Amino acid sequence: MESFIYIFVGALVINNFTLSYFLGLCPFFGVSGRVTTAFRLGLANIFVMIITAFCAWALNTWVLPHAPYLKIISYILVIASTVQFVEMVIKKLSPDLFRALGIFLPLITTNCAILGLAIFMTNKSYGLAQGMVYALGAGGGVTLALVLMAGLREEAELSDIPALMRGTAMNLIIAGLLSLAFMGFAGLFAAS
Amino acid sequence: MSDLNSSARAYAEFAKGLWKENPVFVQVLGMCPMLAVTNTAVNAVAMGAATMFVLVGSSTLVSLLRKYIPKQVRISTYIVIIATFVTVIDYVLKAAAPEIHRDLGAFIALIVVNCLILGRQEAFASRNTLKMAVSDALGMSAGFAFALLSLGAVREILGSGSLFGVSLFGPNFEPWVVMILPPGGFIMLGLILFFFSWLEQRARDRRARAAQEGGA
Repeated sequence: MESFIYIFVGALVINNFTLSYFLGLCPFFGVSGRVTTAFRLGLANIFVMIITAFCAWALNTWVLPHAPYLKIISYILVIASTVQFVEMVIKKLSPDLFRALGIFLPLITTNCAILGLAIFMTNKSYGLAQGMVYALGAGGGVTLALVLMAGLREEAELSDIPALMRGTAMNLIIAGLLSLAFMGFAGLFAAS
Repeated sequence: MSDLNSSARAYAEFAKGLWKENPVFVQVLGMCPMLAVTNTAVNAVAMGAATMFVLVGSSTLVSLLRKYIPKQVRISTYIVIIATFVTVIDYVLKAAAPEIHRDLGAFIALIVVNCLILGRQEAFASRNTLKMAVSDALGMSAGFAFALLSLGAVREILGSGSLFGVSLFGPNFEPWVVMILPPGGFIMLGLILFFFSWLEQRARDRRARAAQEGGA
């Protein structure tokens, strides 16, 4: 059995969802303009991922052994409706937390990082505890990438960059350099 | 509308996806599969074909059912339709081309959440006739496949010195490995988008100059 630390650090930096699996790129480029917004989006992501891990585990245990062809459909429908439900509960119980996560929750639900988490978790046949740790690591990794990217973009806005290069082209190249830096983590567990 | 007109319009809907409204280069949609599976040209073509099947299939069904789908639940209906076609292509690929299925891995299933596909259902197929919806879907997915192939070909040539698995430069070529790794995908797509905005800027300058000369 893989150790929990290995799963967590692996999802956090080595196989970072955004920078090495290219998942969840739309919010990554769309919402990474400001550090505070990016951080909140990251938190909302962690939250949805934990719910996703739980849903995926429940589906894998009770439903999918009987109907494997429903995998993709059931993941996306169950995850989307559970997130909506939890959102309503939070709105009632803790309006502050609801405001902090806010508009991002419905946007994240149909994000490829969420479905990706459910599928990777199933492919690696993680149980409930491992799945939760994997979700925490992956969500933390997405948050890390978002915040770093937002910081870099805030700096880039002030610097002298040719007008043609501004916008998506520049963001992609920044993301490429960030991803290059994250490749350095690949050797983290190689020695042991 | 006469039949000739309708064919001309269908062709226009097809052609706009290829270049003028290219989903990747102009609208910047569907980035995740775009970057993840373009480390070789073969994977890029397979991904393009799978996306085309899903997009054309779901556009057909959505366009046929557009009068019967209630407005309130339309998004979930589209997602179920798309997920059905994705499941079909997932099983087909697993049976027909197991190696490609293994290489593309989870990214076949992730076609469901490709914003390009849902976007076309919401913006086009749900309000147009079958013929228009199918030509739009064909055009958009051909544009997507073209973008995938151009990125995949460049990355494979630079990163492994081959194209479609055929070695191009002989044994002395030192491959630029980073190009087939994740950072290369980001950087190469950035450069391609840069090239496109340069083309557009040049066209705009030329039009402005022509207008000025015409006025003088």
